[in-house]
Amino acid sequence: MRHAISVYVDNQAGVLSRVVGLFSGRGFNIESLSVAPTLDPAKSLMVITTTGNEQVLEQIKKQLNKLINVIKVVDCADREYVEREMILVKIKAEKETRAEVLRIADIFRAKVIDVSPKSYTLSLTGDKRKLEGFVEILTPIGIIDFVRTGTVVMEREMQGRRKLP
Amino acid sequence: MKKITGAQAFIEALRCEGVTHAFGYPGGAVLDIFDAIMDARDIQFILSRHEQGAVHAADGYARASGRVGVCLVTSGPGATNTVTGIATAYMDSIPIVVFTGQVPTHLIGNDAFQEADIVGITRPCTKHNYLVKDVCDLGRAIKEAFYIARTGRPGPVLVDLPKNVMNSTVNFKYPDSVSLDSYCPTYKGHQGQIRRIMGVILKSRRPVIYAGGGVTLADASKELAEFARKMKLPVTTTLMGMGAFPSGDPLSLGMLGMHGTYAANMTVTNSDCLIAIGARFDDRVTGKVDEFAPKAKIIHIDIDPTSISKNVKVDLPVVGDCRMVLRGMLAELAGKDGDLAEMIAQTETWRREIDTWKEQQPLKYCKSEIIKPQYVIEMIDEIAPDDTIITTEVGQNQMWTAQFYKFKEPRHFLTSGGLGTMGYGFPAAIGAQAAFPGRTVIDIAGDGSIQMNIQELATVVQYNLPVKVMILNNGYLGMVRQWQALFYKKRYSHTSMAVSPDFVKLAEAYGAKGLRVTRPEDVKDAIRKALEIPGPVFVDFVVDPEEDVYPMVPAGAPINNMLLV
Repeated sequence: MRHAISVYVDNQAGVLSRVVGLFSGRGFNIESLSVAPTLDPAKSLMVITTTGNEQVLEQIKKQLNKLINVIKVVDCADREYVEREMILVKIKAEKETRAEVLRIADIFRAKVIDVSPKSYTLSLTGDKRKLEGFVEILTPIGIIDFVRTGTVVMEREMQGRRKLP
Repeated sequence: MKKITGAQAFIEALRCEGVTHAFGYPGGAVLDIFDAIMDARDIQFILSRHEQGAVHAADGYARASGRVGVCLVTSGPGATNTVTGIATAYMDSIPIVVFTGQVPTHLIGNDAFQEADIVGITRPCTKHNYLVKDVCDLGRAIKEAFYIARTGRPGPVLVDLPKNVMNSTVNFKYPDSVSLDSYCPTYKGHQGQIRRIMGVILKSRRPVIYAGGGVTLADASKELAEFARKMKLPVTTTLMGMGAFPSGDPLSLGMLGMHGTYAANMTVTNSDCLIAIGARFDDRVTGKVDEFAPKAKIIHIDIDPTSISKNVKVDLPVVGDCRMVLRGMLAELAGKDGDLAEMIAQTETWRREIDTWKEQQPLKYCKSEIIKPQYVIEMIDEIAPDDTIITTEVGQNQMWTAQFYKFKEPRHFLTSGGLGTMGYGFPAAIGAQAAFPGRTVIDIAGDGSIQMNIQELATVVQYNLPVKVMILNNGYLGMVRQWQALFYKKRYSHTSMAVSPDFVKLAEAYGAKGLRVTRPEDVKDAIRKALEIPGPVFVDFVVDPEEDVYPMVPAGAPINNMLLV
């Protein structure tokens, strides 16, 4: 099962290495990872998406909590939350496909952020499924390269309502 | 406030922590600290002959005394040589603080002479570690290091000290308290959960306590004994738990697991209620996990939440300090005399069944014309004073000691349980002897293991530490040879110690005494003589080279599947 885990840590040198070392040393899986300072500049937030059965996820959370520099661990599966990730896609766009690429970009509400005679670079924000759908649709046209930021999540202010994507 | 150097501040910090002993080895990056140590007469510094020896000595000091062990070494190779010692302490949850020198801050990352990223290297084998980049942070880092090392589930902490930090000056004041928002171990167990546990134990019919090193670390042996005796619960201990419950007690089953007693393994396998206290379900204990205590409700008391349900699914966990939780469990018995009497009556048949297992298959070995290693251990137990501290190396010597030496008290048996570090016992004995100069300290060694830190002979002679090393010399890496015999068709690949030094002459070359024993009838006299000699002694017992450790559970088999003698 895929879980997004928010890990609040001291904003110090070496903390990322402690967290990542824990995952590799204990054989846990990291699907994506994003790190940046928070509103309180003394703290950073890491959002880790990971997979594993219930026992593994329980161990991951406990082991993270055991690290001295980890302040708080929140498993988003226990809460309602919003999830976003950004992707940049460089795609072949020659005469016959230029219009088609723009149409797809429009459908997904992606933006064109770089143009060349033979390619477009598109940016898109959304949840994991939307991004994967975007890549799937563009693939037959010819993706040159893409880069993803990793997932970030935030708890919904009003818990207990219908989950929105 | 007077300005002092970082090195002087370091000494002040050790004083504030009540440090009286430190073990280590000097070098370029720690010259300033060693210069300051020369003036600190209240801290006894013991110079090892290898940094690994210094860490094991600090570890042995901590295990024997319950205080935090301290070690100080230089940068680069000095620091990397401590890694095995740190990993040993980490696996067994031993509180030590290791100070390493580091190249000056402006050279860090430049591949400077004797530079190693020791903070990076030891991240996975320390409880926490620090690189002090500013002398103003020195006091806080040391305060936190000691605090983290000894609280919660104890463990090693490393503090890396760049040379320029230690020779710059500071208005030094050692912090009075620690403020670590993200670190607050749970000591007090959940009251409701303790009540539920007691309900389950009182209704059980085939209960057993499985006690580990956590009982010793929490100084909970008295509470454990009171609890077990009051409820007439049989007790088996792990290797790390030896001595946490007196082995002479009728309720004691001895050690469980791969080389555990028949009674202990049968009891656990047939139990309906396993009460794990300060133990972590190591693979050497559980054997095949799916068939470990298959019929039992599993109760687990541990201060470390990650230990719970890590290897074995636990039915009733309590996170907390073993001593506090045991006290809570005892308190729950108040006013339940009727239930208790009923439970004791209902478990009578269970205890009789266990006694039958004990009688059917006691620990045993065959006597012969050649010295049997088990006999040497029995005789050491018979002759050595009650407050003797025993250390071991790793392998057959360690398992035979756990089986045949009757430990009555905690902190009397120091051994590398988790990491299984050959070469641990001799330097650990140095640490124990430094902590307790008046007590007998014996390292029960093998001829392979003792050679891994043999250089510490110079240390025991220099400081006149009267450590006795009893070498069970079978000319083999015996435990590995045993596996080769059982599972690799007796193909003894590189386990014969075909060439070993003459241990008697070697001891003498260092200025210690050496004795050799080749006949069973001389064993007792040699042990007596070794204990009478005022200084360090090596005794070379030439033992049966083909003797094996039994019972034995093959790796990955269920623990009731034992090979017996």
